Amino acid sequence: MNLREQYVAFMTIFRKEIKRYLRIWTQTLLPSAITMSLYFVIFGTLIGSRIGEMGGFSYMEFVVPGLIMMAIVTNSYSNVVSSFFGSKFSGSVEELLVSPVSNFVILMGYVVGGVSRGLLVAVVVTLVSLFFTDLSIHSYLIVVIVVLMTSTLFALAGFINAVYANSFDDISIIPTFVLTPLIYLGGVFYSMDMLPEFWANVSKLNPLVYVVNAFRYGVLGVSDVSLPVAFGMIVIFTTLAFAYSMHLLNSGKRLRQ
Amino acid sequence: MIPALEIENLSKVYDNNFEALKGIRLRVEPGDFFALLGPNGAGKSTTIGIICSLVAKSAGKISVFGVDIDKDFPAAKRHIGIVPQEFNFNQFEKGLDIVINQAGYYGLSPGLARERAEKYLRELGLWEQRDIPARMLSGGMKRRLMIARSLVHEPQLLILDEPSAGVDIEMRRSMWDFLRRINAQGTTIILTTHYLEEAEALCRHIAIINHGKIVENTSMKELLRQLDREVFILDCVEKLPDNTHIDEFVTRRVDDHTLEVEVQKGQNLNAVFAALGLAGINISSMRNRANRLEEMFVNLVEGAA
Repeated sequence: MNLREQYVAFMTIFRKEIKRYLRIWTQTLLPSAITMSLYFVIFGTLIGSRIGEMGGFSYMEFVVPGLIMMAIVTNSYSNVVSSFFGSKFSGSVEELLVSPVSNFVILMGYVVGGVSRGLLVAVVVTLVSLFFTDLSIHSYLIVVIVVLMTSTLFALAGFINAVYANSFDDISIIPTFVLTPLIYLGGVFYSMDMLPEFWANVSKLNPLVYVVNAFRYGVLGVSDVSLPVAFGMIVIFTTLAFAYSMHLLNSGKRLRQ
Repeated sequence: MIPALEIENLSKVYDNNFEALKGIRLRVEPGDFFALLGPNGAGKSTTIGIICSLVAKSAGKISVFGVDIDKDFPAAKRHIGIVPQEFNFNQFEKGLDIVINQAGYYGLSPGLARERAEKYLRELGLWEQRDIPARMLSGGMKRRLMIARSLVHEPQLLILDEPSAGVDIEMRRSMWDFLRRINAQGTTIILTTHYLEEAEALCRHIAIINHGKIVENTSMKELLRQLDREVFILDCVEKLPDNTHIDEFVTRRVDDHTLEVEVQKGQNLNAVFAALGLAGINISSMRNRANRLEEMFVNLVEGAA
């Protein structure tokens, strides 16, 4: 396939993904808006008012970047994992596998689809947050880069989960037992300075620590980890996830017999 | 002439050590209507799966219109349209979207994709149902939707794996007409089916696969010529005598008006009519007891077992 044909194939997958999550917007877009509103009310307004300042900001200001990032992570992940596993389950993934479209384009189609849902939900949650706090952005460039890189990383992770999943249970195990704890332990609700040294060091293995702090730096201008280190870690995790996703597609593991 | 499909020494051993294909060879000429028959588990779907990249081969070589799949699988895939046995589309998508998306995967521009989708959905009688989610279509419509989807990039080689499964007789006949039409227009067709009548009605060449080996590969005419006997059922107007007998023929009186006659290769059926005519018995109709190809198929498969 020439470049133009590959682009057409990519846009076909991408458009299909957008149509899918917009068609079921009550399952894909609405829950994040409601959940995050509850977080803003409970953690930001009710409990936050008693906590006081954190990192030099009101608790509400402190948690908003983390909560937006939480929505991006869960949505970009769950979009790809549910869509790609759904196509495996229904057999419609064969439509792609029998066609001449390259594995790279297949992966990019699904990943960019997941990224787009992450971005759309990020916009929705950000708009909701404006009802609770005045959001001023420290660096738009850093915010955009971190959002794109993070949603790409977790869309790739969702793809890997979907390839390995054999049942619908398998696509909820990772988000429930791995992703959610990593998010909660990733510094969304607290500063890493509050942790004992041992647990602060353990936290450095958690990729969510870097994405939450990099994003918080973009919004508030403060971070528990250095920005170059955060970017470096996100790039490393993303590269590994991309390489492994391509390996799965090229080897045909769990996709071809 | 470059063959539409050429398979050499194709083998497949699954992870559980099951040897599904044992070095098969097959050649399908361009423009042919080819039947690949075999009992369940014989290796038909594995062969098709390898041709369209859903199954990885263990050894062997496959070329599609001269393109070696090991050298340039994407180019080979452009020549192939596949209609699988199972429904493998998103049941929540509309038929039109399913066909247009498939065109997109082959790099067809959105305008051309829509044009082709309309053409094939109309030809297969699905245009009125284009905006209905696929899950709402009947079994026959779903089958035709998969045919429309497989043709949208206008492949030179169309492979149909059990296309008539779950399709009623009327729908099956109209599908046959459609397949004959596109075959006449130059599309090479390979068909697997359990309906041997279908293979006999449509195909010019036939290969029979059993236990992962090709046990017969010839023209349909040649295969049928090999039949050494046929059993005909004659419906008679007059009541048959209890001791009905025709010299040199094995007969069996089924009931008062029905006679079974076994005709060996070289025997003349006219002799049967003449004998019954002399006995004052008129024949109102006649049919084969079983499909001729079915008998041959059973002989070949059982012989190889």
